[in-house]
Amino acid sequence: MRNILAVADIVIKELYRRKDFYVLFIVTILICLVMASVNIFNNPDIIRYVKSLCLLLIWVSSLVIAITTTARQIPAEREQRTLLPLLAKPLSRSQLIVGKFLGCWIACGLALLCFYAFFGALSASREHHWPVLSYLQAGLMHWVALAVVIALTLLGSLVFAAPSSNATICFVIVGGILFVGRYLDVVALSLQKPWQTIIYAVYFVIPHLEFFDMRKLIIHDWPLIQWRFIGLASLYGVAYAAFFLAAACLVFRRKAVN
Amino acid sequence: MNAILKTEKLRVEFKNRETRQAAKVALLGLDLQVNGGEVFGFLGPNGAGKTTTINVLLGFVQPTSGTASLFGINVGQPIARQRIGYLPEMTYYYKFLTAEELLRFYSKIFGLPGPEAERRIDGVLKLVELESSRKRLIKTYSKGMQQRVGLAQALINNPDLLILDEPTSGLDPLGRMKVREIIQRLKTEGKTVFFSSHELGEVETICDRVAIIHQGELKAVGPVNEIMGRRASLEKAFLDIVGYQPQPTP
Ligand SMILES: Nc1ncnc2c1ncn2[C@@H]1O[C@H](COP(=O)(O)OP(=O)(O)OP(=O)(O)O)[C@@H](O)[C@H]1O
Ligand SMILES: [Mg+2]
Repeated sequence: MRNILAVADIVIKELYRRKDFYVLFIVTILICLVMASVNIFNNPDIIRYVKSLCLLLIWVSSLVIAITTTARQIPAEREQRTLLPLLAKPLSRSQLIVGKFLGCWIACGLALLCFYAFFGALSASREHHWPVLSYLQAGLMHWVALAVVIALTLLGSLVFAAPSSNATICFVIVGGILFVGRYLDVVALSLQKPWQTIIYAVYFVIPHLEFFDMRKLIIHDWPLIQWRFIGLASLYGVAYAAFFLAAACLVFRRKAVN
Repeated sequence: MNAILKTEKLRVEFKNRETRQAAKVALLGLDLQVNGGEVFGFLGPNGAGKTTTINVLLGFVQPTSGTASLFGINVGQPIARQRIGYLPEMTYYYKFLTAEELLRFYSKIFGLPGPEAERRIDGVLKLVELESSRKRLIKTYSKGMQQRVGLAQALINNPDLLILDEPTSGLDPLGRMKVREIIQRLKTEGKTVFFSSHELGEVETICDRVAIIHQGELKAVGPVNEIMGRRASLEKAFLDIVGYQPQPTP
């Protein structure tokens, strides 16, 4: 555990010392600010529309942050040869993987905290109410979804050689799951036999990240989800993340690092 | 004799990614033994397999067959690396950290308790003369300074065995002298040093024993004077052993 935390700490240090991390962050916040200022009519429909746009933007930039920073981790260590002195220490390769995961996940959590706090402040300045628990639920689910995405990207960075191709593949997979994942079973029904089975299998195997998308809760001011469902969904996400991490450790275990 | 570092019939083949066939045999059954308290020089021409041997010892590369152990522990286990210090061939460290932070990170992985870690960090930074730049980011260091950071991190855990891959390459004469002094000092403290080098003059003065490998095979091993025999220098002996034929000048 000590080793894992030490690695995670370095990941976070790197992220806050790199300037490119802030750029996306600031751009997102600026766009949200501009959109919020457009809302001059106080028409509830327009407010909802602007809110949904802001939340979409937050989702997209959180995914960009998560995937690009994670995809870089191990390849950068290889390229800059910092992996050699590191692995020459009594640190197992699995500890390194888990440490990298934890570092990226915590960093993304901090980014989410800022995003949601900012979003909350922005909408409170318009509507004068603070549904803190809704934000908490939505943010938490968002964070769990990022755990799955980060673990998947980490696995990809060990399988695919080039970090950019890995990032692209991860974007496509994650985007695909978010947009069409929920319709796959319906699609399968309309197909012929071999394809039907395949699409059904895909439907059951993929992590359904769309479960974690609770933007509607905030946009429409829906009542809170029961906490036990939140707990179950978290377990579901954590299980997938653990599965991808275990696969990453397995792939990395016997890989030559020279 | 207490063997601290040992390889038996070590064979390493690098496979071709596409064909999955052995594209290059880097080591063909290497037997090496380094005893406690020795300074051991590991010599061979470029591409002989020195770095590959060291990579196996640190668990970076899986041997195709044969075994390697440190302190009697198979190199596959992370704990085998608890008491060693390692300096890679070309040193690069996290550019976004300062020397102090880097050493603090590594000492955490060795499990050094806080106050002891700080004491060790002060000690090694003083030894490699980087005290004045300890709070600067590593990316602002010169090449020689980076090499010295490498040496500092290799010593952070007060290791009993040091594995150094060409520790003096890229250093100026002063820096080389310094490295030599450090190795000699470690020897008087009873530590074991295993290092590869192309600087035969330096090897001749500081090593107890040397091994010479060529094309993945051990060609000679023993005390420096035995290897030299009646030849004038270690360099002559080295050239003889690897089968160098001087070209007739036209
Ligand atoms: N990843 C790899 N894939 C294929 N061949 C490799 C790989 N790494 C090393 N080799 C080959 O193995 C042989 C031994 O290389 P090694 O780096 O051990 O030499 P060396 O003795 O350290 O040489 P130098 O003095 O130049 O550092 C070389 O022929 C090299 O081309
Ligand atoms: Mg080498």
